[in-house]
Amino acid sequence: MKALDGLRQVMRRDRVFDFMIEKQPPAMSGTHVVKEGEIDVSHGPILYLEGVNVAFDGFKAINDLNLTINDGELRCIIGPNGAGKTTMMDIITGKTRPDSGSVYFGQTMDLTQMSEYEIAAAGIGRKFQKPTIFPEHSVFQNLELALQTDKRVWPSLFFKLNGEQRDRIDEVLEMIGLTAECHLRAAQLSHGQKQWLEIGMLVIQSPRVLLVDEPIAGMTHQEAERTAELLIGLAGKHSVVVVEHDMEFIRSIAQTVTVLHEGHVLAEGTMDMVQNDPRVISVYLGE
Amino acid sequence: MENRSFVMNLLANDNAARWFLSTLFMLGIVVPFCNLMVPQDSIFHVSSYTVTLLGKYLSYALLAIALDLVWGYCGILSLGHAAFFALGGYAMGMYLMRQIGDRGVYGNPDLPDFMVFLNWDTLPWYWQGFDMFWFAMLMALLVPAALAYVFGWLAFRSRVTGVYLSIITQALTFALLLAFFRNEMGFGGNNGLTDFKEILGFSLQSDTTRAGLFVFTVIFLALGYLVSRYVVSSKMGRVVVAIRDAEDRTRFVGYKVESFKLWIWVFSAMLAGIAGALYTPQVGIINPGEFSPLNSIELVVWVAVGGRGTLIGAVIGAVVVNFAKTFFTAAAPEVWLFFLGGLFIFVTIFMPNGIMGLVKGFSEKRAARLARQSPSEVRS
Repeated sequence: MKALDGLRQVMRRDRVFDFMIEKQPPAMSGTHVVKEGEIDVSHGPILYLEGVNVAFDGFKAINDLNLTINDGELRCIIGPNGAGKTTMMDIITGKTRPDSGSVYFGQTMDLTQMSEYEIAAAGIGRKFQKPTIFPEHSVFQNLELALQTDKRVWPSLFFKLNGEQRDRIDEVLEMIGLTAECHLRAAQLSHGQKQWLEIGMLVIQSPRVLLVDEPIAGMTHQEAERTAELLIGLAGKHSVVVVEHDMEFIRSIAQTVTVLHEGHVLAEGTMDMVQNDPRVISVYLGE
Repeated sequence: MENRSFVMNLLANDNAARWFLSTLFMLGIVVPFCNLMVPQDSIFHVSSYTVTLLGKYLSYALLAIALDLVWGYCGILSLGHAAFFALGGYAMGMYLMRQIGDRGVYGNPDLPDFMVFLNWDTLPWYWQGFDMFWFAMLMALLVPAALAYVFGWLAFRSRVTGVYLSIITQALTFALLLAFFRNEMGFGGNNGLTDFKEILGFSLQSDTTRAGLFVFTVIFLALGYLVSRYVVSSKMGRVVVAIRDAEDRTRFVGYKVESFKLWIWVFSAMLAGIAGALYTPQVGIINPGEFSPLNSIELVVWVAVGGRGTLIGAVIGAVVVNFAKTFFTAAAPEVWLFFLGGLFIFVTIFMPNGIMGLVKGFSEKRAARLARQSPSEVRS
């Protein structure tokens, strides 16, 4: 399918091939020089989505989406089913390509031109809706695999963990509260512990942005509280984007809330502002 | 050196590996000794037939390790792995054909018999160089690797997985089967390559050469096991298992999944090529039948019986099933295929982790019993 899409792109006559479009020279803004390939957050935002559209078989999953996430922010995104929350994450992480619009990481990195592993290496980590960890590996090995190192084939073949990296893993183990379980097979963890492990696997990559999809689905109340603490602790060092259904949970962590509806931003602001917005109420409760 | 300490560690910490390697070592010494030194009328004498048969099983075992790497560890079920084996076998076969020289039926110093029979007057370009042993052995590695690289690059890049990939691999080996059946291909058509005389100047009919080939097979099996073992216990191996269990997660953690799959796929094809090159001189013939899809499926059964993702299980499976095959095809040839099919179903349903799974289950039960006897050790 991908090759077919590529072919179609070549066949299009209304635009120049992507690789022939002249790269814009780095823009000068005041005395600050923007370098290519470097995450530049001098203007505040770390993620920009502008005029993004995606359609699946005619269904517009994302419709003229404009969204900016500031560096170090903890942002919650809510919306009814089918609002395009997961599709939005797919676009940011390179799993889905937008039909139009631009997606930038910092001021310079065009995410629509990068592949999944490049985006991950650039510093965007993603947690899936269902906890996805490596079940046959121990908790420690899960973190070791996620650790920020040279992730090409040959270096992996001769990889040896050094003391510094070991300390880093221990540090993250402590943060997610799984130090005692570090030699267990990940498959043996409880549901909540798997979610934390997955968050730990994101954190250990030292990403700039963490995309967290429904972190407390299926958790007990205590586990959810613990997760809230974890996420709040992460904000500041990282930008955290949380997609969640649970309003109570959002209220407990949210600074800014964005409401998505039919692939478009419906409202944005503090939890109280959003909850009292008549448009939001009508979307959630019906006319 | 690092590799040496790896082997030492393995021998010190892994019972199964120690047991396996010492068995191989013993086999490599005892079998040739009992064949060459012990007089024929002694009960300890091992016939040349048995030596060759064992050698054949062990080259199959190396092939099984190759499949286990991609199937057991990476989750790519290849139903065409015998193709790489056969290509390695053909490379060796071509060398052996060139060694015949003018001793063939037609006495042509350059052309193998079947080419004279087809009225060809020159050696095709792709037969050049195969009179040199090192070149032929290089080809036994590189030809399977090249095919695997092209195939894998196309398949993994377009993210073909699961049953679709299995079907394509099956088609690949079937296409090669049909191609090698054609006389115009220049590989001896459906007769294949046979009637070999000697390898590196040693007569293939002599017992000493056969014992020597057996020893080489043992050595290559041990080396193949050690290298594979290093690969799967490196971080690279853990990434490969991670791809098997959660491909998307591996990708989002920052690994280029396609490259890892391609690497292990090509590596596995090269191991299969070596196995094929060891197989041909011992069996004395290589023909297009080796490409038959049935062979590849049988190979999958060996690995399933022995236990996926254990390497040693693959070896055990290959040897056990082939013993059974030798026995059944002699005693009751018509039931063999039913037995094979039944075995596969039985293993899939009742022992999904194969023989190695049973062994592991026993040792874990024993460990649990021991732990219960000394309650101070028990922790929740």
